[in-house]
Formats: sequence, C-alpha cells, structure tokens
Amino acid sequence: MSDALWTLSATALAARVRSGAVAPEAAVESGWEGPAARWESDVRAMVAVDPVARAAGAKAAAGGPLQGVPVVVKDNLCTTDYTTTCASKILAGYRSPYDATVIRRLRAAGAVVTGKGNMDEFAMGSSTEYSAYGPTRNPFDLARVPGGSSGGPAAAVAYGLAPIGLGSDTGGSVRQPAAFCGVLGLKPTYGRLSRYGLVAFGSSLDQVGIFARHVGDVALIYAVLAGPDDCDATTRRAPAPDVSGWAQGVKGLRFGWPANLWQAGVDAELVEGLEEAAAWLEAAGAERVRFDFMPGEYAVATYYLVATAEASSNLARFDGVRYGFRHADSPDVRALYTRTRSAGFGPEVKRRILLGTYALSAGYYDAYYLTAQRARTRIRREHEEAFRRCDFMILPVSPTLPFRLGEKTEDPLAMYLSDIFTIGANLAGIPGLTVPVGLTAAGLPRAVQLLGPEDAEPTLLRAARALEVHGDVARLDGRHETEFAWPTKR
Amino acid sequence: MAYEAVIGLECHIQLGTRTKMFCECPAEFGAAPNSNVCPVCLGLPGALPRANRAAIDAALRLGLALGCEVRRESVFARKNYFYPDMPKNYQITQYDQPLCEGGALPVLVGDEEQGFDLIRIHVEEDTGKSFHPEKHGDRRVSRVDFNRAGVPLLELVTQPVFRQPAVCAAFLTALRRLVRWLEISDGDMEKGHLRCDANVSLRPVGQEAFGTKTEIKNLNSIKGVEKGLAAEIERQRSVLEEGGRVEQATLLYDADHDKLAVMRSKEYAHDYRYFPEPDLPLLRVSETWIAEARARVPELPWERERRFVGAYGLPAYDAAVLSQDRALADYFEQVVTTIRPEAVSRSAMPDAGGFMIVTTPVSPKAASNWVMSEALGRMKARGWSLAEWRRRVSAASLGELVRRVESRAVTGPLAKQALDAMADEGADAATVLARPEYQVRGGADELLPLVRAVIEEYPGPVSQYRGGKTATIGFLVGQVMKKSGGQAVPQTVKELLERELGGRG
Repeated sequence: MSDALWTLSATALAARVRSGAVAPEAAVESGWEGPAARWESDVRAMVAVDPVARAAGAKAAAGGPLQGVPVVVKDNLCTTDYTTTCASKILAGYRSPYDATVIRRLRAAGAVVTGKGNMDEFAMGSSTEYSAYGPTRNPFDLARVPGGSSGGPAAAVAYGLAPIGLGSDTGGSVRQPAAFCGVLGLKPTYGRLSRYGLVAFGSSLDQVGIFARHVGDVALIYAVLAGPDDCDATTRRAPAPDVSGWAQGVKGLRFGWPANLWQAGVDAELVEGLEEAAAWLEAAGAERVRFDFMPGEYAVATYYLVATAEASSNLARFDGVRYGFRHADSPDVRALYTRTRSAGFGPEVKRRILLGTYALSAGYYDAYYLTAQRARTRIRREHEEAFRRCDFMILPVSPTLPFRLGEKTEDPLAMYLSDIFTIGANLAGIPGLTVPVGLTAAGLPRAVQLLGPEDAEPTLLRAARALEVHGDVARLDGRHETEFAWPTKR
Repeated sequence: MAYEAVIGLECHIQLGTRTKMFCECPAEFGAAPNSNVCPVCLGLPGALPRANRAAIDAALRLGLALGCEVRRESVFARKNYFYPDMPKNYQITQYDQPLCEGGALPVLVGDEEQGFDLIRIHVEEDTGKSFHPEKHGDRRVSRVDFNRAGVPLLELVTQPVFRQPAVCAAFLTALRRLVRWLEISDGDMEKGHLRCDANVSLRPVGQEAFGTKTEIKNLNSIKGVEKGLAAEIERQRSVLEEGGRVEQATLLYDADHDKLAVMRSKEYAHDYRYFPEPDLPLLRVSETWIAEARARVPELPWERERRFVGAYGLPAYDAAVLSQDRALADYFEQVVTTIRPEAVSRSAMPDAGGFMIVTTPVSPKAASNWVMSEALGRMKARGWSLAEWRRRVSAASLGELVRRVESRAVTGPLAKQALDAMADEGADAATVLARPEYQVRGGADELLPLVRAVIEEYPGPVSQYRGGKTATIGFLVGQVMKKSGGQAVPQTVKELLERELGGRG
C-alpha cells in the first residue's frame, strides 16, 4: 500500500511530480483508480465529479509546491470548472464565473481540483445528512455519519481520494468531521484565509479550513493559502505567521488542561484519548498547565444567534431572480420569492433563516442580536485570559464519537449542543486544529482539539506534529512521513 | 384653523466616482444594460464588498464643506429587504453610526442667507433599475439592469427645518450647486444623480408638537419637489379641515399628472432588520485623511458670493448668478484680474472684514456685465457649454476686450460685434480688434461732417433740443453712430453735437 501514489502526502506526491517521476495526470488519477473505486459508491463523499475537468486541471497544473496534487473541495467554494451548489436545490447546476481566492492560490501552486465534496446544505449541520444529494457516510463505519458540515472532503481525504481537502468552518464544520474521519482539520485564525468565493453562512465566523492526513501537509497548504487578499476586506493586512517550523518540537511550550470541560457528557474513550495525548506532549517536553476554563455558559446560544442572524441576510440573495433554481409557477415577484425559497431550501436552512430573521427583528434586536454580541466580546476575552497562562489548550472536538445516521436529525437542539467545544474558536476568531489520536477498540477515530490565541498556527502545528510522531520517531524518513490510520471497510 | 407644514428632506446624491462603491466596475451612466457588472455588484454567491476610498473621500469633502462632525470610526450596515433590482436583497448602507453628522447648508432665501440644519450624511450603494412589465408574447416580463447596482450614493438627511415647498426647492438648487462645485456629482436630477424624498406633516400654527407625517418618494426634479410637496400639504390640509386624521404612509408622486398615490400604508412598513455589515471592517478615517480632504475643499460657493460682494462691490444678484457654477465664477474672476503689461496694478490687501480687496485694471462690475449678459447670452444662443466657450474666448481675451472698452479704445457696439467674431472664429481679442472695421473713428475732422449731416437731416429733433428738450441728443448721437458704422466713440459724438448745436460745451 505504501508504494501507491494515493497513499503519499501532498508534499511527497508533489516532489515526485516535480522530479518528473510521476505525471500530474497520474498523480490526480491515482485517488480515483484505487481508493475511490473501492469506497466512493458506499461513502458518497463527492457531489461533482468530472474526469474531463480534472484531466484539464492536471494538464494545466502550474509548477509549484503542490504540482499535480489533487484537492477535494467543499461544494461551497466557488470553482469555475465544477458546479458550486452548497448541496442545495436552490443552487442546482450553478457554475461560478470565478474561482474563490483560495482556489486561485491552490491552482497557482500547482494543485488540481479533483472534485467537489458533499456537505450539509449551506454548511448548516454537523453530520452531512442535510444535503440535497443525500448523506455521506463515515468510511470507518458506513452506518455512521462523517460529521459535518464538511463531511464530504473529510471522508474523501480519509479514504484516500486526495491527500488534502478544503472545507469551511463556521462553528466546527472542519474540525468535527476531521475528528469523525480521523484526519487533521485546521480552522485558521479569522482573517488569515480569504473568504472571497466561499459562499457565506455566518460571515463573522466563517473561515476556510484545511483537511490533510499529515501535519506537514497542513503547514504547506496553510503557507500557500494564508495572507491578505484585496478581495476580502476582513483579511488581516500583515503577512501570515511562518509555519515552516512545524517539526521543531514542543520543548518548553505550555499547554492548558481545562479538565473541568470534560467532567461530564464526554465519551470516556475520548477522555482517554485526551489523557494519552497530554502524556505524549509531556513526554515530548511540553508542560501541562491545569486550570478551569469557563468559555461562557451561553456560548451555544450566542453562536446560534450570531450565525443565524448573519445567515438570514446572507441567504437572502437566493431568490430565483438571477441564478440557480427558480420555481416554474410564479405569477408575480412575491410568489417567485416565496415559492422558489420554499421549494429550494431544505428544512435546516429554513429553520435557521427563520431564527436569524427573528433575532434581527424590530423589538427583538436588542434582546437577541445585541446581547449575543456582548456575550461574544466576553467569550473572546475569556479565551484571551486563558492564553495568558499557556501557549495552547487541549480539549475535545466533539462530546461524542461518530454517531449513527438519523440519530440526531429529529432533535436539532441535540445537534446544536454537540458543537459546544468547537464554536468558541469561531466566536473568538482564534485557530483550532483537530488531531487524530488513533482508533477506539471498536475501530472509530479518536481526536483531540488544539486551540491557540490569534496567529498561533505555528504552535498548534508543532504540537500536532509531536502527537503525530509520538513514540515512533525512529520510523520517520526525510519526507516527514508517518503511517496514517486507514479505514477498513465495515 | 391655520396650519403650517413641517418638512424634512432626504436627498440621495449619486457620486461621480470612476468605479462603484464596493467593486471596481465602472460607475458610468448609459452603458449597454448589464455590461458594467461583476460578481460583487451582481451579488453572486461568495462575492465580498471592498469599500471605494474615492467615494468616502467625496463624502468627507461634502461633510467638511457643510461643517459636519466627521466620525473617526463609522459603521457599514445591512438594510434587509427583498427587491428584484437589489442583487443581495440587502443594501450596504450606514445606520446608527454614519460618517457625518450635523452641519448646515446656507441657502439664499429671498435676499437673506439662511442655514438649514442637517442630521447626517452617510455612504451607501445604489440599486439596479427595473423596467416594469412589458408584454412578451402572452406573458408579462420585467427586466432588470444592474449597471447602477453598487454605484456610490450619499444620503443627506435634513432636520425638519422647512416650512414652504419653495424653500425646499431653493435648498435642492443650492445642494446641486454645491455637489457640482465640489466635483463629487453631476447633480443632474433628470439622470437621477440627485434624488429627493420628503417627510411632511401639518400642525396648527403655534403648536410645538409635530403632526403625523407622510413620506413622499420619487420627487425627481426641483419643480417636482415643490409641486409634490404643495399637493401633499393641500391633501393633508383638507383631511384635517374635514376633521379627519392623516394616516402615516409612503406616497409616490407622479409629476406627469401632478398626483400622489399611496405606495404603502403603515401596516406594511418594512422592518429592515439593520445590523452591522460583517463583511466590512469599521470605516476608520484618520486625522491625516481628514486634513487632506479639507485641503481639497475649495472656497465654497456662498463664500465666493460674499467675497464678490465684499471685495468687488458687485450687487448680490450678480454675485449669485456668477457663483451658480464654479467654472463660471473662476472665469469671471480671471476676466477681472486680467493683467496687461502696461497696466499692472493688481494688489491685494487683507482688509475689510476678512475680504481681500483686489484692485484690477478691469472694473468688476463691467466684467460682470460682460460675463453675465454678453458671454452667457452668446453661449445660450449657440448652445455651448462654458468649457466650449472658454476654448474659444479665453478669460484673458475677454478681459482684454473689456479693458479696451473701459479705456475707450473700442466702442461698446463694436466690442459686441468683436465678441461675436472672437467666439465664432476662436480668435483672440487683440487679433480681432486690430481689424480696420473695429477701429475707433475718433478725430473731430473725421466726425464733424457726419455730425453736420445729421443736424441737416433731422431738423425736428434739433429744434426740440434747442427748445430745451436736451434728452433728444441721445437720438442724434445714435444717428451719428449709425453713420460711423459704430466706430465713433459716443462720448466724443455727444460733445461734438453739443458744440455744433450751440449748447453746453
């Protein structure tokens, strides 16, 4: 298996393409020939696949650090060579006339979009079940969800279609599916990756995120993508932090251990994973700092008010007038709006538009939206205070292991509450990184989340690397390869 | 019962920036439908706005000219409502923290300058344009042109300071002059560069509290503002006089039929669900930026009017006409200060209540007459813009002409003919005046025969003059002038006639 191109990291694959040993077309097709043939019909990670487009992409691949590397892209990132539908009927068949900034930067570095990955409609969900294309399944257990909303790219990277994927993370939509699928998932600092061309959900929370199987790949993709963009006024002006030191170890770093957070309501196997990860970090020379962390009792409420308020406005443009789905029977413009939107949006999207519209309405704005903004400021301050005591924190990604399909779709509130550990990073605008820490006895992925202050990506990557190599340093070769925990079919 | 109207205006000024408010599409008017569009101004999925610095700079200049307080940190907000010509179904505007607050616009009302207080000026984006149902086979089809979507607008809101529609019209005229003066907008109401909505209510004279107001939209000409408001005041007055109550509503004014139609009543008032625009950071305006903008605010029209009166001694009417347009005022002033090498006498003294006293070789009032009646009249007759006129008759050239009239080197009638020649041929004053037909025939030996001939020909007026009706001399002077082909100097002719007729010397 280790010789197959599709098992390689992006770093290693690009090196082979650059050396001339492998043609870009072969590099891109390797994921489709081996793993996809075995997995895709069961997992259904992909929603737009086009051999002609990826062949053209491979042929045109620029020379660069990602030359010939295939990338799975979430269906809410605009691409000119594939449809961009946000897994919604309302954007059925929509093709963007422009590439998102992150896609432009990927292509400029030589990467090839290998297809569009499934998601919860408009990124609203935690299981990739709310998709107009139907659900994606977890490659580690086909009866379980891959997490969401970026479940498609997470699952595809996990089973080997591509070494890297792009998702979006508004409240955990990269980190939670990464945890469920046993891959790395980075949500960068707000303003570090351009949102231009990312179809907006909650503009002040959204960040493009990175999936990969190797820490070195996350660092490489971050270096290619991060930095100011004139097309996104919310990107930070200063250059992005240098992540080239991702392999330099964690000696001297202090990590926060807010054990109060998992005293109750977190799966025992995930708590074990946290304990093991902390021990590995200590063994690698980091210092554990124990403290209680109370990131605002109202974080979930705050998050769902801010995100839905912004979404209710962001999704207003989908009205059937200019693009996408239009209801055929529309005698007047009011009917065009109501019928198009009633038929075009799925239930979870409608629920959130209604919630957000309500929160912004005259007479309720102060009580809901403004109060949520105040709570958000407080949550941000609480995170800043925590990071005065440590360089980064370790905590769970999700309270549970991957759950079964259909388990939570009937109970939206339970689904919302499962975001409790991930929404803090979005509300505070700080980076969060999901790091897999092996499998449970039953073979399901375990993971921990690393959180750092703004621009702490270099620190998070160093810690992730320490976890990646724990106890296995001798096996590492010069390309920073490690054995990846591949799923076995069940 | 006697009522008085209380009126506040909301003016939209379309800025003349090269590009749109939140993208780099051209903001020009009149391009083929949907040709000046991009993902941002079409509201395509994933597109994000980026603020146009030139538009904010224009807003700053207007705010500074009007004496507004400039917020160092203002906030863009989303105004949410559905409309087919609004691509995102929200408008990016400013709400509770606008760029400029307070300030006042000075307006000449009758002979008196009055200041009209403002509430705010903020920056926002325009919508596209809908073209309403057309028959298309058996279906009715609406079309939308998004070229205008995203074009920068300023919204200027006044306090409820107006009582008469005519004063609102004067305010708009003054505002139009100012935005043109600052070169931030063409201010053409017909093209929608300047649009006006009005809030109006009536209250019994002497009452403090405001009555229920209605909003009138679509007041798309200065005359329309005056007539629409007059119509609405009349309507409210008759409702009140019949013992009824004015209902809060938004009305549309139809200028063609001078009629008001209810667009929506109170129950259907929009809830715009304003909230801060998360795609744009705080709009920060540094002290340096403000200082730079202030330095680019020229002497303002009302300041110039005052200076024309104070420094040049012009009548208020002349000052107002000449300051209606900045280029015209500049032209006039260049004519006044035209300096010929032999007549260098321009000096400026800081004196007289802050006005600069400027002495010039050309009398300001004479220059004013020449610019106001002769130059403007000829431009109008020929359908020329001031720019076109200036290409043909430079200020220096007109100044030279006026100077020669003043020094009697050429007669008034000849000079007017010469100005026609200058304008039509584009030749300068010196060249034209050098031609034989414009030479003054001033010598007594040359004119005396003409004078005697006229005395011969018109015995009637001559005897009237001799009988004491001295005003008749004007007629006789005119006849001599005619015989001279306009080349005689009237003063000399008059003196000769008086001598010949044995009158006063």
